[in-house]
Amino acid sequence: MADAAPRRVSLLATSGLTRRYAGLVAVDGVDLTVPEGGVHALIGPNGAGKTTLFNLVSGLVAPSSGNIRFAGADITRLAADRRARLGMARTFQNIRVFGAMTLLENALTGLHPRLTSSLVGIVARLPAFRREERHAVARAREALALVGLASRAEERAAALSYGDQRRLEIARAMAGAPRLLLLDEPAAGMNPAETVALSALIRTIVGTGTTVLLVEHDMHFVMNLSDSVTVLNFGRRIFSGPPAEARADPGVIEAYLGTKVAARLAGR
Amino acid sequence: MEAWLDDLFWTYQNLVVSLGINGLLALSMYVVLAAGQLSLGQAAFMGLGAYSSVLMTLAWGWPFWLVLPASCVAPVAFALAVGGPTLRLSGVYLAIATIGMGEVLRAIYLNVDALGGALGLSGIPEQASPLLIYAVLAAALAVLWLVGRSGLGRAMEAMREDATAAEATGVDVRRMRLGVLVASAVLAGLAGALSAHATDFIGPNDYGFEPAVTILSFALLGGVGSPFGPVLGASVLTLLPEVFRDFANLRLVFNGIVIVLAVLFLPRGLLAWRMPRRAA
Ligand SMILES: Nc1ncnc2c1ncn2[C@@H]1O[C@H](COP(=O)(O)OP(=O)(O)O)[C@@H](O)[C@H]1O
Ligand SMILES: [Mg+2]
Repeated sequence: MADAAPRRVSLLATSGLTRRYAGLVAVDGVDLTVPEGGVHALIGPNGAGKTTLFNLVSGLVAPSSGNIRFAGADITRLAADRRARLGMARTFQNIRVFGAMTLLENALTGLHPRLTSSLVGIVARLPAFRREERHAVARAREALALVGLASRAEERAAALSYGDQRRLEIARAMAGAPRLLLLDEPAAGMNPAETVALSALIRTIVGTGTTVLLVEHDMHFVMNLSDSVTVLNFGRRIFSGPPAEARADPGVIEAYLGTKVAARLAGR
Repeated sequence: MEAWLDDLFWTYQNLVVSLGINGLLALSMYVVLAAGQLSLGQAAFMGLGAYSSVLMTLAWGWPFWLVLPASCVAPVAFALAVGGPTLRLSGVYLAIATIGMGEVLRAIYLNVDALGGALGLSGIPEQASPLLIYAVLAAALAVLWLVGRSGLGRAMEAMREDATAAEATGVDVRRMRLGVLVASAVLAGLAGALSAHATDFIGPNDYGFEPAVTILSFALLGGVGSPFGPVLGASVLTLLPEVFRDFANLRLVFNGIVIVLAVLFLPRGLLAWRMPRRAA
């Protein structure tokens, strides 16, 4: 399996990562390794623990046990905003754009970790602050252009369609040029045309040097796009390797399609 | 005739002072609401600013130019002390906890002889001119406007909209919450010192539950889309009771009705306009 591949320094590595909730283990001793570069998929049936794993990695949920390394540093106890500062960005399964703010302002919040002006600099409108703000606005516009929303920069985010809000979330996450981008079901609620455009967008993002880890339900989408796949079922990692192997793995088929279909496939 | 003129002047003078002070208090409420915190310690901060400034003036004989900035020290220290534990709370729990702290302080003012007990402290020299009060209000408005149009303003609005998403984009939510609480303490502390030195008397009941709710209503009525909303709300709620002076007894009822109507029909306040969030 993937473990046999030549060892490279991984961008993200969890080991024994576990999160318990009353009465269930949402994430159960998961070892996940994401090398730098490329698209990596995290798949599994509903309730498998994919979103919880994203929340653990991005620091919004504290682990019950296990640890997380990012870019060579142990970040297990780091707050979410510190992880963002280290170059980790994410989107949410249930869209969380800042609805009252304009698209440009949304994208600008993604640059927050890069702003260094002091209160005095801000109030006095010192040249350094003005320069920083101009630079940030330019970067935010680039991020909107990346997702194809540049022409709507001054509109309120709440006015966007569902699919456009998803793309705005990606722009917000990409504005700060993160090393790792976590996408939680980015194609959910998108029509087929939008999904195709999303695939192209993710390829473009990878081209900029950002590593993508995505959760997705649409198997077809994942298989065509990903360099590696990790499969979760009931909180446990049941597979990790290239997408073609995942498709052929009996355990994955069983988890994904249900035992009935697996039995039928096995019978053929 | 002369008494009537005198009366008119006094009414006018008090009103001018109240408008300025209440504007500052509304801004003190604004900074926390704008960052999504329902922290109701503004009256308590004001009381600390008022009592500490009066002690500096009466007991220590400090000049007012020194008293005014120093009046922020006690409120800020209090904000930092209570900030840690209370900011873990949110929504209505934070509101209740901060109102509770105000009541504790009120009990202290009532029971410490050096603070005048129920009688309060009087004979305060009237060193805060309306001009000074409005200068402080204008400066506060300008600072909040400039801060609002920067990364800090965006971080505050992002927190108000969705604190979790804000954190994930790199906003240090805890630090920001403490920051806005300190800013709120500074503004309310200044308002306390200015009002104490504009009216010659302070008492423990000026800073209890009722003022806390009144200050909240300034911001609710005006709206928190920009710092101008709360100041407008404060002006309306300060002026209206004067217009209906003959019904002074009904003042609280009247305030209550205004608040209910505003919440029902003007959810974004009288001034629904939302300020832009970037510089130039
Ligand atoms: N905050 C929570 N409290 C209790 N149970 C939770 C919580 N969050 C997630 N779970 C449970 O953990 C399991 C995994 O959920 P989730 O990570 O959202 O799955 P997925 O994203 O793979 O569909 C589910 O059974 C879910 O109900
Ligand atoms: Mg999920």
